[in-house]
Amino acid sequence: MVAMLERETVDHVARLARLALSDAETDVMAVELSKILDHIEAIRTLDLDGVEPTSHVIDVVNALRADVPHHSLPRELALASAPDPVDGGFGVPSPGASAQ
Amino acid sequence: MSDALLNLTAAAAAAAIRAGELDPAELFELYRERAAADSLNAFSWLCDGAPDAGFDRSTPLAGVPLGVKDLFCTAGIPTQSGSRILEGYRPPYTATVVERLYAAGATLLGKTHQDEFAMGSSNENCAFGPVLNPWDRTRVPGGSSGGSAAAVAAGLVPWALGTDTGGSIRQPASFCGIVGLKPTYGSCSRYGMIAFASSLDQAGPLTRDVSDSALLFSHMVGQDANDSTSLAFPEPVRMPARRELSGVRLGVPEELLSADSGIDQGVRESFEQTLSLARGLGAVVSPCRLPHAPHALSAYYIVAPAEASANLARFDGVRYGLRVPGNGDLESMYSATRAAGFGPEVKRRIMLGTYALSSGYYDAYYGTALRVRTRIAQDFQRAFEQFDFIVTPTAPGTAFELGAKSSDPLAMYLNDFCTVPMSLAGIPAISIPAGLSEGLPVGFQLAGPAFSENRLLDAAFALEQAIGFDGSPARAGGRA
Amino acid sequence: MSGAAVEYEPVIGLEIHVQLRTRTKMFCGCELSFGDEPNVHTCPRCLGLPGTLPVVNAQAVHYGIMIGLALGCEIAPRSQFHRKNYFYPDLPKGYQISQYDVPICGPGKLGEVRIHRVHLEEDAAKLVHVGESGRIHGADRSVVDFNRGGTPLAEIVTEPDLHSADEAREWLNLLRTTLRAIGVSDVNMEEGSLRCDANVSVRPLGSDQLGTKTELKNMNSFRFLAQGVKAEIERQTALLRAGEQVQQETLHFDPASGRLTPLRSKEQAHDYRYFPEPDLVPLVVTEAMLERARAELPELPADRAARLERDLGLSGERARELAFRPELGDFYEAALAAGGPQLDAVALANWIPPLVERIGSDADPAGSRVSPSALAALVALVSSRAVSQTAARDVLTLMVQSGDQPATIVEREGLGAIGGDDSGLAQVVAAAIAADPDAAEKVRDGNMKAVGPLVGYVMRETKGRADGGEITRLIREQLGL
Repeated sequence: MVAMLERETVDHVARLARLALSDAETDVMAVELSKILDHIEAIRTLDLDGVEPTSHVIDVVNALRADVPHHSLPRELALASAPDPVDGGFGVPSPGASAQ
Repeated sequence: MSDALLNLTAAAAAAAIRAGELDPAELFELYRERAAADSLNAFSWLCDGAPDAGFDRSTPLAGVPLGVKDLFCTAGIPTQSGSRILEGYRPPYTATVVERLYAAGATLLGKTHQDEFAMGSSNENCAFGPVLNPWDRTRVPGGSSGGSAAAVAAGLVPWALGTDTGGSIRQPASFCGIVGLKPTYGSCSRYGMIAFASSLDQAGPLTRDVSDSALLFSHMVGQDANDSTSLAFPEPVRMPARRELSGVRLGVPEELLSADSGIDQGVRESFEQTLSLARGLGAVVSPCRLPHAPHALSAYYIVAPAEASANLARFDGVRYGLRVPGNGDLESMYSATRAAGFGPEVKRRIMLGTYALSSGYYDAYYGTALRVRTRIAQDFQRAFEQFDFIVTPTAPGTAFELGAKSSDPLAMYLNDFCTVPMSLAGIPAISIPAGLSEGLPVGFQLAGPAFSENRLLDAAFALEQAIGFDGSPARAGGRA
Repeated sequence: MSGAAVEYEPVIGLEIHVQLRTRTKMFCGCELSFGDEPNVHTCPRCLGLPGTLPVVNAQAVHYGIMIGLALGCEIAPRSQFHRKNYFYPDLPKGYQISQYDVPICGPGKLGEVRIHRVHLEEDAAKLVHVGESGRIHGADRSVVDFNRGGTPLAEIVTEPDLHSADEAREWLNLLRTTLRAIGVSDVNMEEGSLRCDANVSVRPLGSDQLGTKTELKNMNSFRFLAQGVKAEIERQTALLRAGEQVQQETLHFDPASGRLTPLRSKEQAHDYRYFPEPDLVPLVVTEAMLERARAELPELPADRAARLERDLGLSGERARELAFRPELGDFYEAALAAGGPQLDAVALANWIPPLVERIGSDADPAGSRVSPSALAALVALVSSRAVSQTAARDVLTLMVQSGDQPATIVEREGLGAIGGDDSGLAQVVAAAIAADPDAAEKVRDGNMKAVGPLVGYVMRETKGRADGGEITRLIREQLGL
């Protein structure tokens, strides 16, 4: 059994993933992730020296596109699903600005 | 009369329409009425009438209705991938595979419910309520393509599109008593499929029989300039016709059928009966080794969440979908939006994947998983030197009761034990109904080398004829 | 404490982002643009809509290879794209597709600076601040414009081989000139098609260990780069002199105040979680791709400067002046060819700056009314003393205005040199000596500096048509030297 994930680790990962977790959710997450990681742990005991990693299962390279323009979306369509369309753009709270 | 029409397979219906014996509008309306009365929660969206463009009898699919898993983008039509974060989202474009099927004459009947972002094996992770199994409404239809599987099994649509990342076509096909094909990775374009795990996701058909599977698949395949990981299928997809299996070598992987693999007794018995039928058709059945297959699940539950953690980063409340302001600042908007928009399983996998990729853990988890993936692919390559196909039960059990596993993520993940190795290796696999165990369907899985779909469909067809499964839950007494 | 102060040596490395001059974006077919209305060059891909996939622009790869060849880099036979994960509103997918462990170009060298690597990636979108910071009601708001998002970028990373702000600026100019010459980018710092960050540290002179470095961002002109780096070197040196430590941090340069302010540590706490991009297959550079890139490479500015210096005897400075602005070098070499083997290459080169001065410092002489052969003809007239240096400048001015041949102008304006035995120049020189006996006396005593007023007198009297050398010769002759 690997050690339980610490709360600080779960908090850190949740911040990286931009997921707001309540204290209770963090506790549950720590338990569940620990169980899954414990199950996964077995593969770390395999002898994998000299084995190349497989990130693609197909044997294809390049697949390049010619530098030819296509039609872009009409702006109304680009913005059609935007939660906060502003002046032809996508409105967001300014980074670095604090709401307080 | 209408039941007779609705009992036609898609291939038979298309042939009848092309021969002028069946009105495609009539068939479409019959299905639409039946789907509108759907009480399984199979559909996330249903068309409100025949398409404006009408039906083209001369096309190969001749206007036969099609169900499409929610995660395929359909221009102007809700595409939510089972998630609250995309509620009401209508994309401006259509997925390549769907476009190809439209071009071949398929008509969209409706979009089908699924586990959120295809993460799940029961459809209970759908933000819009669980789909019910037509064989027993207290049970799950499997997942993640549960809506498609349930709709096809219940006769609400002749056939449907699903996607398979670690078993998401095959396992619901098994639970619902229909045929599900996960094609070779790269044979069908992923463009327009809302991604779960990019190196594993693959579109495929859910159908009443193997012939329909081949027909639908034949109009899905092909290289797509919009998907760099797609390939040209090396030969035309043929309609299966084989009725015996003489000399076909079937390998039964010891590692996946060991005593501790968690396979139910009923499933084992059904599997053995199918092997006997195969021998009767001339197949040679022997044990084979896939030494790393038992580790596939672990590798999968690193690779898939890792890719998913990046694929789902785009759901940030900026360009589309849900936005929750939080405290009003940017960071809080991100975290609040994603906390409100994603369900528990999606959050769990994002957390797992983020952790596996994070500084200090990459080699231990992701790097290791990619090496295990190499080993698993090599295991299959070696096995295919001696065997034409690898065969296993599709799932360790039959459809389980709603809620039975939802509190234990790991128990849920174990459903993918027999399907995940093929996903990691990128090879094709098909699940066909092998019979019933305690009134519930059991699936039989065949897997072959990359691009062996024609041979695989042929073998599945021969077995299907020998098994003689009655695919209707109504006749089997399952429909309440 | 000893009296001898420790001398510190700055160590500088640069990271340069270059927007490639393709027609379309890195991973989709939207056209590149600058200054258009917001969000008119977007598509499902560059908006990061669900279900979309990237497809690599072949021309961007081609430009990447050309850059690698121009910088003497090893071209990786096989490279891969990775996902660099972080959240920011200008990053639509939540990750940037970039190259990580295997970039398309490995080690190389430009001038005296080693190149660490060059890799391909996609640019971020533009985030424009719009909201009034009404901190009480409503939050501060920005707007994202995705026109720029997905523009192909090459990131060029140097080794820390630069040792002053001026060196950094000069080298960046060489890089810009090189990239412009090979035609892969507009390399315009004001428009953001060339962007430069600097890693700066200082160490005691003679040490072979690197000090703690800081990263300087937002130096969007050559002047700001030099200012920023200089300020940071001074700041770090002062810290070390005071016995304090340099903190590793990212600093933002404010051109208005010239100040460097640290970015908040929260923004620096990144864990990019790089992993191979599963949506893209490996990039394999074939021999055919290399051949095509080699064939399109023109002579590089540094090579041209070396050739002009070595083969034509130009000064290093003049050679670089011509080579680093290819249009000047081209005009010069065309004039040289037109003038034939008799033409003095050094003298011709010295006429390029006066020409540039007259046509506008940024103008291409090929677009002026002066043809290369006309400039060559003017230089020939000067060399044969048919026109004085001074008069030739007036002739050039008239050539730029009228486009006429120099000989025509000389005749029309009466600007031919005064010289020879029967020209009367000797009488003017005699008058000059007579008018300023003090100066004449000093010259006679060997003070050649005193010749100036005498020459000036003659120039005034002849309205610049006399040749300076001829005047001096006559003065010496008449003074018996």
